[in-house]
Amino acid sequence: MNEKRILEMRGIDKTFPGVRALQGVDFFLNEGEIHALMGENGAGKSTLIKVLTGVYTKDGGTISLQGTGEVQIHSPQDAQNLGISTVYQEITLCPNLTVAENMYIGRGKGQITNWKQMNTDAEKLLRSLDIPAKATQQLASCSIAVQQMVAIARAVDMECKVLILDEPTSSLDEQEVEKLFGLMRDLKSRGVGIIFVTHFLDQVYEVCDKITVLRDGQLVGEYEIKDLPRVQLVAKMLGKEMDDLSDIKGEGGGYQGKDSGEDVFEAKDLQSDAGIKPFDFHIKKGEVNGFTGLLGSGRSECVRAIFGADRVLKGSVKMHGKPVKIAKPIDAMKCGIAYLPEDRKVDGIVGDLSVRENIILALQVLTGFFKPFSRAKANAFADEYIKKLNIKTASADTPIKSLSGGNQQKVILARWLLMHPDYLILDEPTRGIDVGTKVDIQKLVLELASEGMSVTFISSETDEMLRTCSRLVVMRDRKVVGELSGDDLTQNKIMSTIAGGESKA
Amino acid sequence: MKAENKKSSIFTRVSDTNLLLAITIVIFFLMYIGAILFQGEGFLKPQKFFDILNNNSALIITACGMSLVMITGSIDISVGGVVALVSTCCAVYLDFHEGNIFGSILIAIGVGLLYGLVQGFLVAYLDIQPFIVSLAGMFFARGMSTIVHTAHFNVASDVFNALKNTRINVPGMGSVNRKGIYIPAYVEIGVIVALLLVVILFIVLRWTKLGRSFYAVGGNKQSALMLGINVKRTKFLAHLICGLLAGIAGYVYLLHVGSSSADNAMGMEMNAIASSIIGGTMLTGGVGNIIGTLFGVLSLSTIQNIVSGAGLGDAWWTGITIASMLCLFLVIQSVVMAQKKRALE
Repeated sequence: MNEKRILEMRGIDKTFPGVRALQGVDFFLNEGEIHALMGENGAGKSTLIKVLTGVYTKDGGTISLQGTGEVQIHSPQDAQNLGISTVYQEITLCPNLTVAENMYIGRGKGQITNWKQMNTDAEKLLRSLDIPAKATQQLASCSIAVQQMVAIARAVDMECKVLILDEPTSSLDEQEVEKLFGLMRDLKSRGVGIIFVTHFLDQVYEVCDKITVLRDGQLVGEYEIKDLPRVQLVAKMLGKEMDDLSDIKGEGGGYQGKDSGEDVFEAKDLQSDAGIKPFDFHIKKGEVNGFTGLLGSGRSECVRAIFGADRVLKGSVKMHGKPVKIAKPIDAMKCGIAYLPEDRKVDGIVGDLSVRENIILALQVLTGFFKPFSRAKANAFADEYIKKLNIKTASADTPIKSLSGGNQQKVILARWLLMHPDYLILDEPTRGIDVGTKVDIQKLVLELASEGMSVTFISSETDEMLRTCSRLVVMRDRKVVGELSGDDLTQNKIMSTIAGGESKA
Repeated sequence: MKAENKKSSIFTRVSDTNLLLAITIVIFFLMYIGAILFQGEGFLKPQKFFDILNNNSALIITACGMSLVMITGSIDISVGGVVALVSTCCAVYLDFHEGNIFGSILIAIGVGLLYGLVQGFLVAYLDIQPFIVSLAGMFFARGMSTIVHTAHFNVASDVFNALKNTRINVPGMGSVNRKGIYIPAYVEIGVIVALLLVVILFIVLRWTKLGRSFYAVGGNKQSALMLGINVKRTKFLAHLICGLLAGIAGYVYLLHVGSSSADNAMGMEMNAIASSIIGGTMLTGGVGNIIGTLFGVLSLSTIQNIVSGAGLGDAWWTGITIASMLCLFLVIQSVVMAQKKRALE
């Protein structure tokens, strides 16, 4: 093993039922290095981290550490004892204990807690890291950001050799992020190896030395930060080479929006509590547009704000030119907006109800629960849409959970179409479904638009967006950073906009 | 404005556990003073207080075990059954098998430990709902105690009765009766055992790594795991200790009543839960205090004494009063916690 190499993961395999989450992934970390682990969601970053910290047991491959050679890590305790500390995105501290206890519990050999010593030590550490918390304070009484800092303080104090920061910055503001970076650089100079997982490209280029990119559970490559410009990084994460794709535009006959139509929906300075910056947005009658950006860039949060699914903090909204107030999803539905959520398992379907009941659910909400449909009417509705959308089900009475993902998606789509919305929002309608159904859905979107419906379409697959949308809103780090239409709608242009500033592709 | 900020910061800095403990102690003293004011005489005598302890030493011990599992975020409703089983087993051993005191104590501890061992294993390592596990445990214990011996009988063993009638005088707390004879105040052996266990458990929960792990696991199981705590072992140990305490409580119970019956300690598990909750332990886990539990038991039995002292000795009046007090406690607790939460925001 290389002298300065403190961690070596070779050929890591991990399979979950139905998914190969990691396939032969290698990862190397050197002393005093800040190493970014990048990839879209589902690329395997979290799985790799959890294998390293003993939350998951790997199915294959080896993990070696400097000094100890190959190790087996079966639990978070093992990892801690080997000098691997982790700060997770979600707070993994105990809210009912004090700040000091959270920093010291589960460590050390002694069986007795020396409160005085612990509190003095904790106070000293908190002060040295400039964390605004008292050692004796109950953790729950601290803000989320402070809790995150406490978690980092704990990790720092363990004198770890490897520190893993799994999206630690998502709950911190800019100043706090600066403080964290200062801390990271300090640790780096002390020879700690840091694995930094984040969605924020700016942050990667600010502090990291190396980048390892994963995609679909496989290693794409390890790069020196200076050798990998942003555009290249984005291309690697999305799995597209810049040059191959420069002329994909036009291939699928992307839908060109009507210029003349009036605005169906218009939002000014809209902001929700999900952490996105205020944004303006409008869509014309019969137009298909999209939000694009990396995962975590805030595309879903934008449409959720439009639909009222997150708490709207400020901004004004107009529907057909008239100001309306959308505070809750039901308000949006009454205005004629329909929203197909990203996670259909959580937000969309009621698994045990039949296909028919799932289809008429939204309509039922609008007409009121005390005015039931006749069975014949519901049957007619359901059958009409099952045929129209080509939903493959044994009968309208089959429980929806027994359908395939793509067909479940169509049922949800049918549900919303039944309302005859003026404005339809589709958040990742094609994720995790087969290619045939994908094409079906894309075709349907274009068809609906030609009938005069306005559609917002979000997809992780850029070429899908290019095929369907006539205008793209580009997002980075929870901010709208550009809008592309007409000739600008190319893979290269999108990627360079996502990557920001530096590249002129 | 400034003063208010300062006040709220002190209010919010106190941990939930200590805040609830303070509420419990204040309410207990208010209630006891109320009892003295309204029923006078009886409650003024220290012996009245010591009798509350004498009558409830077994409940104090089971409630301590209950608090422990509740702090860990679990529950054990078998403790009443275990007390009954242990007391019958020991009584039968002492009387029908010429057993000695030492052996009977071993039986009590053994049965309790075995219970904790099995239930703890099922809950912690097989991840079965603790409520279901201990419900089964309760039925099993009640059934077993009937099998061991059905009829009611008083333990005749001399050594045992000597132990049972041992009174430990509390100096300076006695009173003079109408004839002018000084009657010393006393407690039974069980009280000493109970208070000793309270102190031990208090120390364990406050100052040992294991004790703090109970709180961590109850606060957030997932986080506790990530912080490097062996969650399964912690849960297992909580149930083991609770079982052991139930075993000891069974013996203490027998020492107090001196008789065996399959109906012994009926509903004690519910009183233990009620005491823990009054004492500021939260069913959701992570919050609680053994001293609070002690005061919880005292509060509960003070209520019972007030009710029977008022001539409403019937069981249903006691039940209704306890129910209302429990509600009142919980309302006060949740109002204070909500206030605290608001002060934080």
